[in-house]
Amino acid sequence: MPRLALTGGRVRERRLALGQRQADVARAAGISASYLNLIEHNRRRISPEVLARLADVLGTDSAALAQGSEGILAMDLRDAAAGAGGARPEVERIEDLIGRFPGWAELLAGQHRRLGRMERSVAALSDRMAHDPHLSAALHELLSVVSAVRSTAAILAETEEIDPVWRARFHANLHADAERLATGAEALVAYLDESGDTEEPGIAAPQEELEAWLVGQNWTLAALEPGAAPEARSALLAGSGGLASGAARQLARDWLAQAASDAAAIPMVDLIPAVARTGLDPVLLARQFGADVMAVFRRLALMPGGTLGVVICDASGTMIFRKPLDGFPLPRFGAACPLWPLYTALGRPMSPVQALVEMSGRTPRRFRTLAFCRPRLTGGFAGPQMAEAAMLILPADGVPGETLAVGTSCRICPRPACAARREPSLLSESQTAA
Amino acid sequence: MGNHVLVIEDEPNIVEAIRFILMRDGWDVSTLSDGGLAEDTIRARRPDVVILDVMLPGRSGFEILAALRADAETQTLPVLMLTAKGQGRDRAEAERMGASQFMAKPFSNAEILASVRALAGV
Repeated sequence: MPRLALTGGRVRERRLALGQRQADVARAAGISASYLNLIEHNRRRISPEVLARLADVLGTDSAALAQGSEGILAMDLRDAAAGAGGARPEVERIEDLIGRFPGWAELLAGQHRRLGRMERSVAALSDRMAHDPHLSAALHELLSVVSAVRSTAAILAETEEIDPVWRARFHANLHADAERLATGAEALVAYLDESGDTEEPGIAAPQEELEAWLVGQNWTLAALEPGAAPEARSALLAGSGGLASGAARQLARDWLAQAASDAAAIPMVDLIPAVARTGLDPVLLARQFGADVMAVFRRLALMPGGTLGVVICDASGTMIFRKPLDGFPLPRFGAACPLWPLYTALGRPMSPVQALVEMSGRTPRRFRTLAFCRPRLTGGFAGPQMAEAAMLILPADGVPGETLAVGTSCRICPRPACAARREPSLLSESQTAA
Repeated sequence: MGNHVLVIEDEPNIVEAIRFILMRDGWDVSTLSDGGLAEDTIRARRPDVVILDVMLPGRSGFEILAALRADAETQTLPVLMLTAKGQGRDRAEAERMGASQFMAKPFSNAEILASVRALAGV
């Protein structure tokens, strides 16, 4: 991460752009020049008050200066700190770490992400060992034959006078068992070899693979629009076949089929002017297109150049689709903040939920959210009744009004007293702030 | 105590080996490969010791053991359980269900003989 992505670096950049001297800016902001120097070199944390004063002096707003400090790298490092166990990393100095040792910070965050993937992989593998019926049956068979061989061979070796008829029988048994052992062992090796090649259980969660692929497509799938060249469409489908795991490929296939039918119902050429006319209201847009509200949410996520985030969850609250938005970090693993309007909507199907939220962070940022839940009745009257909720996230920096204080996920949320907290935050910030 | 052992196991070469060892030691051995017939056979033949495999066609060894322990007549019948699944979960399950002894494959002939003798109180 470049130094300028950090708050201190941005302050310095802004000051130099205005051609102001450090001492003058410091005096105007009511801090010492040496303190400002430390801040500009990312050696000191900036309190929200000081940041606001500096922003004032520099003719800009705090959010613009702080942008990026709540980025993915900082979030991953905080997440790593949360799982640190006995060690007590200096969470309050994460920015300092990123600023002074960007390479080490990147390495640490990368290792933390890799550790998460490996933990899932181990869980998937042990699950497979314990529950794979083929493996269990094959091992049982092999051990049974080994047992017969051992007993028979011992009889032949240890019995001094053995009836020739019995001896001939045992020899024949040994021969047959040896053959079975050879075939069984070969089959087992082949099975293990093959499963190692074709699946990589949990190396990355399939959902994550699909998301990374969509990021690679820049969240734009022009080839699915009506009227796009059939070759472009097949190229896109072929590209999704390059995903590592079978589960992710299946997910991508289903997702693309859905995206194609969404595109047919709500073509992008019509959606963009409609948004300009009506605004970002999924319910009104759905009415205009005679389309499903959920389809509108999915289409908005793919709007070129759209600065908006979309999350979709199923009835269990598990996120099944996530398009992140800068400043509104989505949890990488596990459950999200229960206060998200997404979950309010999940509890109130068919009622639109609109809320101004403030995402926790060193410089809290505002977002406008629109959430909606719709039952899913794929099984008809026979059931089961399922639900799907979606939430649109729009930047709302500087928008006045009362906000709902939300976070990303309890573990890495610094809000000290929160009615919805389900586990203590492991951030030392929560203690110092309290 | 008599000297009748019933071996319930579906692997024919194991049955053959066990039968040979026990017969040389003076036991009267009968065998059965289908778990579904185990209970009836035990009631009819009244063996002194049962060697019971866990994985059987027809009915699992654990189910058979549970049925034997639930019946007053066979509650104390000595049962030696055989399994090919190592020591862990199956051993705990066998103990919980009231197996008299437990042995993991591949066992040695001497172990089988010693177990049967011990169970029969010889």
